[in-house]
Amino acid sequence: MNVADAIPAWAALLTSLFILVGATITLIGSLGLLRLGTFYARVHAPTLGTSLGMGSILVGSALYFSVLEARPVVHEILIAVFVTLTTPVTLMLLVRAALYRDRTEGSRDVPAAAIVKDLIPPQEGS
Amino acid sequence: MSWLLPYPLLSAALVALWLLLNQSVSAGHVILGSVIAILASWMMAALRPEKPRIRRPGTILRLAGLVLLDILRSNVAVGRIIVRSREPGVNAGFMTIPLDLRSRNGLAVLSIIITSTPGTTWVSYDAAKGTLLLHVLDLVDETVWIRTIKGRYERMLMEIFE
Repeated sequence: MNVADAIPAWAALLTSLFILVGATITLIGSLGLLRLGTFYARVHAPTLGTSLGMGSILVGSALYFSVLEARPVVHEILIAVFVTLTTPVTLMLLVRAALYRDRTEGSRDVPAAAIVKDLIPPQEGS
Repeated sequence: MSWLLPYPLLSAALVALWLLLNQSVSAGHVILGSVIAILASWMMAALRPEKPRIRRPGTILRLAGLVLLDILRSNVAVGRIIVRSREPGVNAGFMTIPLDLRSRNGLAVLSIIITSTPGTTWVSYDAAKGTLLLHVLDLVDETVWIRTIKGRYERMLMEIFE
């Protein structure tokens, strides 16, 4: 491949290292989805891929294209920003949906809703 | 000037975003990006969000560095639990933390920090009582988590936003 010849060996090595590390961390996160027991514990696993896994792959990408094009290529930073800003929304939606379901089913493993009584307007004169 | 730029930080961020996306600082892209940023901030003004008062840029940098370091550390910790532990997730549990932080923007940043750090997930915030419900993967000692979140993140966020 002529593209691979176009970058020096140290850059190729560093890029592969970053991408391998990132891929391994993401794999461990996915493994966590299999190994962890409860839904709430499983929610934690994919965050490995969305934090350090993503970061390492993006550093590899930025390094590779910066060396290849001989100018700083940093727009990967936008991927990091968008993933970091949007992951919490998804995770919170999932966790709160699960919590709502468990509370509705009367599960004792989850903390009870403390605000339920506030939702019912106080009765006049009672 | 405030009619032109109701949210100057948002507009600046949008211009930076536009230039990064196009990977160019040519005059054409600066003009196009600025027009988009100003139009977007007018749309934002129609929603009338709370305008953040951001102080102490030094603290922002320190907080960012601290969070990056903590993300690195908890990646290793959670990875170790998944790979090594015989029964992973056996220590997982919910916990409640009382918060003194009241700024909505500060709470939003705190939720992003807590959720992007592997091992902790923001579940819900009770605005009336000021308590935060968290789910933690490795809940051995609650005081460690309270110390991390209250002592490190919350204190810095209050310095920045309040």
